Amino acid sequence: MDETGERPVDRRGFIKGSAVGAAAFAAPGKMMTDRTDEAEVHAADAHEHDHGHDHGHDHDHDHQDVPSDIALRVRALESVLIEKEMVDPAALDEIVDNFENRIGPQNGARVVARAWVDPGFRDRLLADGTSAIGELDYLGGQGEHMKVVANTDSVHNLIVCTLCSCYPWPTLGLPPVWYKSSAYRARAVIEPREVLREFGLDLPEDVEVRVWDSTADIRYLVLPQRPAGTADMTEEQLAELVTRDSMVGVARVASPSSGGGR
Amino acid sequence: MNTIHDMGGMDGFGPIEPEENEPVFHHRWEGRVFALTRAVGRWGRGRNWPGFRFTLESIPPDEYLRMSYYERWFHMMTSRLLGSDLITDTELETGYADPGAAAPEMLPASRSGSLGFGLLDLDVPARFSPGDGVRARNLHPRGHTRQPRYVRGRVGTVVEDFGVYALQDSDAAGQQPGDRPQHVYSVRFEARELWGDRAGAGDSVYVDLWEDYLEPA
Repeated sequence: MDETGERPVDRRGFIKGSAVGAAAFAAPGKMMTDRTDEAEVHAADAHEHDHGHDHGHDHDHDHQDVPSDIALRVRALESVLIEKEMVDPAALDEIVDNFENRIGPQNGARVVARAWVDPGFRDRLLADGTSAIGELDYLGGQGEHMKVVANTDSVHNLIVCTLCSCYPWPTLGLPPVWYKSSAYRARAVIEPREVLREFGLDLPEDVEVRVWDSTADIRYLVLPQRPAGTADMTEEQLAELVTRDSMVGVARVASPSSGGGR
Repeated sequence: MNTIHDMGGMDGFGPIEPEENEPVFHHRWEGRVFALTRAVGRWGRGRNWPGFRFTLESIPPDEYLRMSYYERWFHMMTSRLLGSDLITDTELETGYADPGAAAPEMLPASRSGSLGFGLLDLDVPARFSPGDGVRARNLHPRGHTRQPRYVRGRVGTVVEDFGVYALQDSDAAGQQPGDRPQHVYSVRFEARELWGDRAGAGDSVYVDLWEDYLEPA
């Protein structure tokens, strides 16, 4: 790339520079940040379509910010793998779309709501989580073998993966950043009550806390307690109340009269 | 291996910081890394392709802590692709395939009898039963293991037998020398057995442990 930052920078230049290091981009107005806007990355997309053309003419996005180092490196890898026909870009789009739009805690919420209205389902769910969740068709990658643990007046369950980030994808989607954070992984097993207090849940001493560390192939889902004031609600309405955090065990499901939870 | 990924029980990481209305991916590149990782997996068959978790855990601890989650995944994926000669450093730097390189070939799985992940329909005798007292063995392998450090040497109780799974432990090069199918148990440890007086008296930690990790207590 042109270090004055005045000439257009093509994709090769971006990537070459990124491999050299962020310092190469530290020209005025081109300061690197690790929070890349979507627009910046899409600008890199636009460059991709240019690469067969003459780069000597003026581009109309000369003064855009330079995408972050990691965004460029990922784009380089994706381009190479597509060019070598090792991955299908449409399949990549589909994977992202599935996890952004189809697989998420709304699935687990339906499992919980069903358990609240159907005692037979609840019994099956707690006895064999995998086959009961299979009745609702929410099995799949990172959710092949499910165990569901029920909160009661005397037991509160909390899910963690201290070694990595194991999480029941088909029922909860991909885990939030805090679940994968060092702080949560380190602290959930040794001081779960302090962790829960940070989430706003102060448990009485006589409630037993059970922490489940997902170290093998079994994935966990907490069955939270049905809140008061919901006797007249339908299964669909109940599912709307159930939050991701309540199914990880860092929150209770709030009563509809008391305002929502996370 | 005894490194930073094995975080259970550590202090010093500060408060947990949940984000309201968190997106699934915070940047477009994170979604691409996730999807690419899923999509290239089949190219690892029959190649020198160390385990997913082993490769993440092999990141030096200071680097591991500095990287974001999907930066680790990116590092893991590129290290496998480079290590098995599916891509070159130059390709990764330029973003263009080397026109002189041979097209990569999909290989058949070379490890005969690999059992992979998941519950196995195999008749393997169970050494332990629910109710049995067990001690987590004092193991310190140089490869990947699913036995967290905080249980080693500690005594717990088997509460459930989850059935037979292939052992996921690797050797020091990230390869699984054998599947060694065996029972996985849910083992309940009293929190004070693990953490002393810092833990609540009635609290407990449940850990899923392969039979090889356990001995009778």
